[in-house]
Amino acid sequence: MNQVINLTLNGEPRTLMVACHRTLLDTLRLEGGLTGTKKGCDVGECGSCTIIMNGKLVNACLVLAVEANGAEIITIEGIQRSALELHPLQENFIKYGAAQCGFCTPGFIVAAKALLDENPRPTIDEIRFAMAGNICRCTGYTKIVQAVDETAREMQENGREAL
Amino acid sequence: MKSFDYFEPHSLEEAVGLQQQGQGRGCWLAGGTDLLVQMKEHVRQPGLVINLKKIRGLDDFHFDSVTGLRLGALVTAREVETSPLAHQHYAGLARACTDFASIQVRNRATVVGNICRASPSADTLPPLLADDASLCIHGPRGTRTVALEGFCTAPGRTILAPDEIVTHVLVPAPAPGTAKVYLKHGRREQMELATVGVAVSLTMSRGRCSRLGIVLGAVAPTPLRVPTAEALLLDEEPTRDRVHAAAAAAAQACQPISDVRASAGYRRQMVEVLTRRALVQALEVLR
Ligand SMILES: Cc1cc2nc3c(=O)[nH]c(=O)nc-3n(C[C@@H](O)[C@@H](O)[C@H](O)COP(=O)(O)OP(=O)(O)OC[C@H]3O[C@@H](n4cnc5c(N)ncnc54)[C@H](O)[C@@H]3O)c2cc1C
Ligand code: FES
Ligand code: FES
Repeated sequence: MNQVINLTLNGEPRTLMVACHRTLLDTLRLEGGLTGTKKGCDVGECGSCTIIMNGKLVNACLVLAVEANGAEIITIEGIQRSALELHPLQENFIKYGAAQCGFCTPGFIVAAKALLDENPRPTIDEIRFAMAGNICRCTGYTKIVQAVDETAREMQENGREAL
Repeated sequence: MKSFDYFEPHSLEEAVGLQQQGQGRGCWLAGGTDLLVQMKEHVRQPGLVINLKKIRGLDDFHFDSVTGLRLGALVTAREVETSPLAHQHYAGLARACTDFASIQVRNRATVVGNICRASPSADTLPPLLADDASLCIHGPRGTRTVALEGFCTAPGRTILAPDEIVTHVLVPAPAPGTAKVYLKHGRREQMELATVGVAVSLTMSRGRCSRLGIVLGAVAPTPLRVPTAEALLLDEEPTRDRVHAAAAAAAQACQPISDVRASAGYRRQMVEVLTRRALVQALEVLR
């Protein structure tokens, strides 16, 4: 069984034809051409497929594509401002060495974006709590937490619009 | 995942009708955090998937100081976690919904889905059982209300017929002088299934324990209420000795297994420690 879905993908209206048993993750990557969202475990454990759906952080591997009909989706590609301008979180992930192989990075940055949208000045514990659903096998997390903390600090200094 | 037909009914009647047409080969879909994993792992291969999310009235989250809490089937763990009302009146449930998976999962996972999955380690079951929760069930013959106690019959099994939907969970309003605690034990704080879970719901009046629920998770095929432990404190002053005796009775009553997460012996010891700790914490809240 196939179905047509209409959704807003990083601000752009899109119409896609999907099989009902297709996950949103596979649809984003294969039909949507957005390969920034990664497939790690495919069962909700690793967070590499993290996206924002209707304002909420979710694992795209645990959502059926048909459930995204009418939804507003933000992926890592929607967080970068333009081909030439990175998001402050991306800048700080580079500056602090918070990405090594980089496989987990899109998921972490999307999770961090959702955290800062909700809580602009989180404590270190709050950052760690918010990122518990994202696994990194390279960095040891310290640098990731530092990068998010630094972004929050900059955001406070430069005003929220900076994000 | 095997292919299936997919439906988004707008009413309970339509949903039940679809399930009957599908001759019980359908699965209800709420948050999908269990169902999708089970379908991917071929544990379940439904012919149709019936999404409950478009059915009106299943998203209510209502508290009344007389009638208590009414949670619709679509209320997520994250909604409970972020509700000040839940933390104030249902601290055990709120704690269970916080110490649960990740924010990504909690934004999708429903409390009712957690109940219906009937996992021995389900976090919401012990606090709900300790609070004497009940369930509203809609089926072809109308609506019935059943106690949550007895709903889960074995790991992954409940009394629900395939064409029945749990529409709400109801939790009585706490009496004055009530404290609730849920303690989840694991190797790490987040993204962990319970090795042992202990829920306590305790009411004190005139220096004596007038109502008590002690429920253990992950140490029996279904969450286990322990009346033998409760009886040692009911209508009594909760002295140190009685609290210790109740904790020992809980450890005696549990039926843990050994698995990848812990041995049976370790679980039994942790039941004693955590039951004691949960009772002490509840009494401290009331002091
Ligand atoms: C990475 C990960 C970590 C997890 N960690 C935890 C944890 O720490 N603690 C814990 O307790 N659980 C944990 N879980 C499981 C937890 O997410 C689920 O049990 C969840 O609460 C189920 O709710 P759902 O809405 O996602 O249900 P679904 O997956 O949609 O459904 C679950 C089952 O219940 C049935 N069902 C759903 N709603 C109804 C209804 N209204 N009436 C009748 N039947 C219904 C479905 O048909 C299905 O069989 C975890 C899951 C994942 C993927
Ligand atoms: S791929 Fe979705 S959580 Fe791992
Ligand atoms: S940078 Fe390699 S997994 Fe995180």
